[in-house]
Amino acid sequence: MISINISKRLNGSFGEMHLQFQCAVEHGLVTALFGPSGAGKTTVLKIMAGLLMPDSGRIKCKDDVWLDTQRKVFKIPQQRNIGFVFQDSALFPHMNVKKNIMYAVGRDGESKDVDELIEMLELNELLTMYPANLSGGQKQRVALARALARKPDLLLLDEPLSSLDKLARYHLQEQILAIQRRYQITTVLVSHDIAEVSRMANQVVKLDAGTITATGTPLQVFGLPGMSAKFRAIGEVLTIDKEDMVYVVSVFLNNDIIKIVALEDDVRDMKAGDTVLVSSKAFNPMISVINK
Amino acid sequence: MIDLQPLFITLKLATITTFVLLIVSLPLSVWLANGNSRFTTLVQAVISMPLILPPTVIGFYLLIFLGPNHFFGQIIDQWFGIRLVFSFMGLVIGSFIYSLPFMVHPVVSGINSLPPGLLEVSYTLGKSKWATFFLVTLPCIRNSVLTGIVLTFAHTIGEFGIVMMIGGNIPGQTKVASVAIFDEVEAMNYQNANIYAGLLFGTTLIILILVYFLNKRFAQTTLK
Repeated sequence: MISINISKRLNGSFGEMHLQFQCAVEHGLVTALFGPSGAGKTTVLKIMAGLLMPDSGRIKCKDDVWLDTQRKVFKIPQQRNIGFVFQDSALFPHMNVKKNIMYAVGRDGESKDVDELIEMLELNELLTMYPANLSGGQKQRVALARALARKPDLLLLDEPLSSLDKLARYHLQEQILAIQRRYQITTVLVSHDIAEVSRMANQVVKLDAGTITATGTPLQVFGLPGMSAKFRAIGEVLTIDKEDMVYVVSVFLNNDIIKIVALEDDVRDMKAGDTVLVSSKAFNPMISVINK
Repeated sequence: MIDLQPLFITLKLATITTFVLLIVSLPLSVWLANGNSRFTTLVQAVISMPLILPPTVIGFYLLIFLGPNHFFGQIIDQWFGIRLVFSFMGLVIGSFIYSLPFMVHPVVSGINSLPPGLLEVSYTLGKSKWATFFLVTLPCIRNSVLTGIVLTFAHTIGEFGIVMMIGGNIPGQTKVASVAIFDEVEAMNYQNANIYAGLLFGTTLIILILVYFLNKRFAQTTLK
């Protein structure tokens, strides 16, 4: 478990802000930092990485104290064994894909594990290519492989998927989850995408203007209070079409497009790109044989 | 036939100045690019002054400062037995100061143009600041460094005012090609002046063509 308790005064784009963050990141799980831009999510991540210094606080990873401002302990990023994936991938432009990944390992690294990562992230075809010739999704896959090549104790993902199109995003979410489960890496994911957080995170910490406003599972944090639905899932609105008396809303949900009938009241404040909760109270399961 | 010695002295001066500037400017530029205190602003302003000041002003102050009557010049003279004015060593110091902005500016802007994440990611991958500098920063700003090297070299070749002030015009020691041209014109030997001028003209043109060519090649290999 990684326990964090930090405080820092920030001068952000929205004026002065006091960031206060206290949280326990469970070992082997995915914790999402969720909130609007400017809430201090990336700052928290950088403080965890040792790239930024808080005004005061303490960070402990297992039994290892990374930061304790009272006892003047500060471990630099190099001493923390972390993997960090930036929003813009930050690949080294003068190295090809293979060299970018091997940069993390050094000479005495075990190439077997790296080979497995390359396999899992489908990078075999790209190894001799340079970052300038890669697509956004490919870049982030390389950045992920590079961050994981050192077998970090903690994987920090700073909106790694926000610049990707829907399909690439979905694909990479799957891959990150598969790798996370395979290696049981403690992961902190920064995101402002409810659908992404719901899919990927075990625990959500909601941050607003530097303060934690909610913590819990994705459904505890995002689920509408007082609603006892039997089935629910979070998706994204693609189109809203009027058909006779009703509206048909196409929702992108679990890599599928489903159509939902809605009334005028339901769609009044809805627009394409909105994140929606699809739920059913009177859920009638249908049954049909498929192994005939 | 012209005396080739001024040309050799010019090349020697340009080579030594460029080399010393490269060694000094790399750490200096890293410091300037990272610092945003008032002190770095002041240093940046001082470094840039040769771009604006007439070379004779710098030459004049150096002449006073490095001369044996001034404290600094006196120490160097007495302790090391080196006379800095009217000597080749003095020329190197003058050229160093005069060409400093031509090396520092491209390197600083090269470092500033790197995405900050590039260095941070290297730190998170366990690489020290030194390793990051040699493995990431330097290869990524090689175009800027090359530009700095060439500008410094070419600029030192074309130097005249400072060289006249602190170097005097001692044949075989401080008489560089640009001064030789002035000499020949003064003596109405237009033929010789023409040869010196033509050689400098050609050398500078070839150097610059080479730089633009290499810059293009570098850009292509990164995109390959």
